[in-house]
Amino acid sequence: MAYFLQQLINGITLGAIYGLIAIGYTMVYGIIGMINFAHGEIYMIGAFISVICFTALGLLGITWVPLALLIVLVIAMVFTAVYGWTVERIAYRPLRGSSRLAPLISAIGMSIFLQNDVQLLQGARIKPLQPVIEGGFILTEMDGFAVHLGYIQIFIVFLTVVLMALFSVFIARTDIGRAQRACEQDRTMAGLLGVNVDRTISLAFVMGAALAAVAGTMVVLYYGVVHFYIGFLAGIKAFTAAVLGGIGSLPGAMLGGLLIGLIEVFWSAYFTIEYKDVAAYSILVLVLIFRPTGLLGKPEVEKV
Amino acid sequence: MSADATTVTAGDAALLRVEHLTIRFGGLIAVDDLSFAAQDREITALIGPNGAGKTTVFNCLTGFYKPSVGRFVLNLADGPRYLERMEGFDIARAGVARTFQNIRLFTGMSVLENLLAAQHNKLMRASFFALAGLLNLRSYRRAEAEAVELARYWLDRIGLSDRADINAGNLPYGDQRRLEIARAMCIEPVLLCLDEPAAGLNVRESAELNALLAYIRDEHRIALLLIEHDMSVVMEISDHVVVLDYGKQISAGSPAEVRKDPAVIRAYLGEEEDAELPPIIEKDLGEGS
Repeated sequence: MAYFLQQLINGITLGAIYGLIAIGYTMVYGIIGMINFAHGEIYMIGAFISVICFTALGLLGITWVPLALLIVLVIAMVFTAVYGWTVERIAYRPLRGSSRLAPLISAIGMSIFLQNDVQLLQGARIKPLQPVIEGGFILTEMDGFAVHLGYIQIFIVFLTVVLMALFSVFIARTDIGRAQRACEQDRTMAGLLGVNVDRTISLAFVMGAALAAVAGTMVVLYYGVVHFYIGFLAGIKAFTAAVLGGIGSLPGAMLGGLLIGLIEVFWSAYFTIEYKDVAAYSILVLVLIFRPTGLLGKPEVEKV
Repeated sequence: MSADATTVTAGDAALLRVEHLTIRFGGLIAVDDLSFAAQDREITALIGPNGAGKTTVFNCLTGFYKPSVGRFVLNLADGPRYLERMEGFDIARAGVARTFQNIRLFTGMSVLENLLAAQHNKLMRASFFALAGLLNLRSYRRAEAEAVELARYWLDRIGLSDRADINAGNLPYGDQRRLEIARAMCIEPVLLCLDEPAAGLNVRESAELNALLAYIRDEHRIALLLIEHDMSVVMEISDHVVVLDYGKQISAGSPAEVRKDPAVIRAYLGEEEDAELPPIIEKDLGEGS
């Protein structure tokens, strides 16, 4: 029981991170109907930026954790947002109106480019980070097994919940959110009503990237290491999460992220840790076969 | 070359002038040297048999494709705009609104939200591109209140005030049609282009539509450009009719004049088999290029 509880906590933490990344996939898909395959790299860059920032802040002597976290998060979000905007500008916008395959390929190209770029600039070695948020408390002790809840886990889940709530309100209530939803439904019509569709699409990339930056920062805080290849795996898992939840649906991305995190952690805990990625991908395959619209996705309605 | 349409000059005060519009798709000429004008406070109807090129004119006017020859001049208070040089959303910002033959509401949104989405631009400007909106400043709240007020005004006009919060996709067909017109009016256009607004409406709904269009013309004093098959609508409310056949203008004038025009009668009655042709008129390749 204690072991189960511990895994549940770990799974929710991991799921929160996947969920944040998955929002970026689902938003971009919702608005242009395409997968942003460079999104995992954006997350990886967010992680690198936060390592660099933490190190720099340490050198500057800013060590009060809340302030340092705030600065790092803001800087990481701003920089990765610029990356997100650039990806859209270079890999998607020039190809708008061409076949669906073309932007897919250019996005994969972008992903390879960003990976290699970071590898060249930061080196191929794993970069460590001193633990920033340490400690935690023992929830309960059963059968000689202590259930540990780290402050970092509380921080991750709390920040994710806050961000997702803010983001949902933003999309549901604000004018920009309304424009996002309008473009999701009918880009042509939105344009004819005076919505700048290009800018709205850019914004979807930018917002997704900013959330991925938060996920990147969290992963660095949680695991304490980062290297240039983390974007690929996390990207595919978050993509799986978005598909599982129903691509294009925001609550779906959040739910999907949570489920993928839980599945991965429980699989590692009760079966074999070597096959945890296989478990996640098997879910992707099963969902695609049996429920292509995902858990919360709406069935595709043929437009007349 | 008939009527006043081709005698457009630089000094012509018409709100919209379509000048020598030709649209080719490869060797196909969909619209051939079409010129007409749409005046303020007038309903101009564009009619013609199936495949005459009416919707093509609309698509070109709203930026879906560029004309091969010719231009659209929109005369605004602060100078003319050349619509063929503008992007779709800029055309909307210049004050041209349109609806489609099929209903294209945002069905995932409420009725009210549909009307607010059309005021995105105004709200963006009022909120300094969302900055003020995020901070919830008073200027933004006022702008949003005004947007809601405008939306409410149009909901009143189309009789949907009590259904503002239901999903737009759940409205009956006739209400959806009118909501589309209301939404187009929410961008506060100077020119409203309606592509078969009466399609699929029953007699009562059609009469309501006529009243709505006449109201827009008389109270909002804008120009309306209408594609319509329903002759009762055309004859009853339009002030000026332009008749197209095979992409060419075959007649223009008041509804009464047009109705008597032999060329129009021939196009509608005399060549019925030809009227079934596909939307793009095949022309001799040599002539096309």
